[in-house]
Amino acid sequence: MIQELLSSPFYQRTLAAAAFIGFTNGFFSGFVVLRKNALSVSALSHTMLPGIALGILVTGVLSQWNAFFGAMFAALLVGLGSVAVSRGKRVAEGTSLAVLYTAAFAAGVAILPKLETRTELEHWLFGDILAVGNTDLWIAFSIGSVILLVTNLLMRPLLVTLFEPNVAAAQGVPTRLMQYLIFGMLVLALVASLQAVGCVLSVGLLVTPAATVSLLTDKTSALFWGGGLIGGLGSVAAVILSSPLGISPGPAIVILLGILFILAYLFSPKYGLLVPKMISKKHS
Amino acid sequence: MKEETEHASHDCCAHHTHHHELVIDGVSVTYRDIVALDRVQMATSCGNRVALIGPNGAGKSTLLKAIAGLVPKSAGEIRWRGTSVKKWSREFAYLPQREEIDWSFPITVRGLVEMGRYPQTGWWRKFSKEDTAAVDTALESLNLGDLQDRQIRELSGGQQQRAFLARALAQEAHVLLLDEPFTGLDRNAALLLGDLLAKLAEEGRLVIASHHDMATVPALFDEVLVLNTQQVAFGSVDQLTPELILETFAMPA
Repeated sequence: MIQELLSSPFYQRTLAAAAFIGFTNGFFSGFVVLRKNALSVSALSHTMLPGIALGILVTGVLSQWNAFFGAMFAALLVGLGSVAVSRGKRVAEGTSLAVLYTAAFAAGVAILPKLETRTELEHWLFGDILAVGNTDLWIAFSIGSVILLVTNLLMRPLLVTLFEPNVAAAQGVPTRLMQYLIFGMLVLALVASLQAVGCVLSVGLLVTPAATVSLLTDKTSALFWGGGLIGGLGSVAAVILSSPLGISPGPAIVILLGILFILAYLFSPKYGLLVPKMISKKHS
Repeated sequence: MKEETEHASHDCCAHHTHHHELVIDGVSVTYRDIVALDRVQMATSCGNRVALIGPNGAGKSTLLKAIAGLVPKSAGEIRWRGTSVKKWSREFAYLPQREEIDWSFPITVRGLVEMGRYPQTGWWRKFSKEDTAAVDTALESLNLGDLQDRQIRELSGGQQQRAFLARALAQEAHVLLLDEPFTGLDRNAALLLGDLLAKLAEEGRLVIASHHDMATVPALFDEVLVLNTQQVAFGSVDQLTPELILETFAMPA
C-alpha cells in the first residue's frame, strides 16, 4: 500500500511539504529553545486561528494566502501587543500574553464555523498535510529559505544576543533588532507549519526537535542542524507511518517527535535519566 | 612557545606604561533617578591589579559595567591610551558575575573562547588560521586544553572563571574587568586564580576586579578603589591598608 502511495504525486507533495516544514521548524526550534520561552510560542500559535478567520472574513475568499496573511497579522499583533502591555509594568508579559491569546483564540473558534466559505475548523486546528497544494508547498519553501538564509547569515550576532545580551549590546550588536528578527522569523515559521500540524500543534514542531538535540549534544551549531534533521526526517517518517496506523498525519508528527524527545531524555549517553552517570562535576 | 607570542603582543605595555593609561574622569551613572555612581576619578595603567571595594550597592559592578560600556554614563569620560572610549573598546573584556551567566546554554568551552574572536571576525568572516591559533593559545595558557569540549556547566568554579578569562585572551583584551571573580571559589581555586591574575598583569594587562574580602586585598591586588556610590579613597595597597579602609567605613558618612 505504501509503495502505491509513494508513486502518487499528491503523496509526494505531502512528503516534500513534511520535509521542508519539518526541517525549517526543526532548525528554528534551536532559537526557541535558547530563548527559553517556549510557552509564549504556544500562545502565539493559538492566536493564528482568529487571524485565519479574520483573513477569510475580510476578503470573503478562502485561499491559502488569505489564511496565511491573516494568521501572520494576528500573531504579530498579539505578540507585539503583549510586549507593549507589559511595558506598562503593571501586568507581566506572560500574564498579558495569556489574556490576549485565550481571548483571541476563543474569538477564532466562535467565528470560523460561521463563515460562509466552507472551512473546517479541525483543518486549521490540527493541520491537514495530505491536502497540501502547490501554493502551500511554495509558501513553505519560501519561508524555509528566508529563515535558513537569515539565521545563517546572522548566526553570530543572534547567538551572542541570546547568550549575553548586555555584552552583545556593548560590542555594537543591535540586540533589539536581533530580538525582533527572531520574533519575526518565529511567526513566519509558525505560519509555515500551519498546513502540516495546524495552529494548536505547531509549537510541537517548533520546540521538540532542538529540545531533543539539546539532550544529546553541547555544540551550539548541532542544536540547529540536528534540530532540522530530526524535524525533517521525523515529519516524513510520521507521515508515512500515519496511514497504516490510521492516525492523522499532523498529530502523528508531533507524537513521533515527542517520543524521540522522551527516548533522548531517558537514554541520552550524557544526560539520560536511565544512563549511569560518570563522575558528575557540578559547578559550585 | 605560544607563551612567548602572547608576551610579544603585550611587551609594549610593560615598557611604556604612560601610553597604556586608563583614566576614569568624573564618571557618574544614574538609573532613572537613582545615582548609582557619583563622579569617580582615578587613573591607573597596564600591569596593575585594581580592587574595587565597598559595601553592597556601592556601585562596584556599575563602575565595571560603565568602563565596559554596558551601562551609559550620565557624566564623565573614560580615556584609554589617551583617547576617549565612547562606547566600547575591543581591548576591554568584561567578565560578568556568575549569577548573570546562563550556564545551561549549550556551548562548549571552546565555543565560548571562539566568541572572543567575533569582534575581530565580524558577523561573517570565516575563522582564519590566526583566529584558530588565538583560540588555541588562550585555551593552552589557561590550561583548558583538555576541557575544551566540555559544556560550560560541567566545569568547576575556578575552571569557569578561566574559561571566561580565556575568551578575554582570545579577544586580545588589555583591560580585564572582572565582577566578583573570587566569589564561590574554594581556597585552592582562589589561590590559583590569584596567581593567574598576577601573571596576566605581569604580562602587561590591566586587571580591575570588584572584591568583597578586604583581608585578601593586599595579597591579590596592587591598588584599591574604595567606593560608596562616591569615591571614598584610591591608592596603592601599601597606603590603603585593610585597617585604614575599615576605619574609613567606620566613619559616619
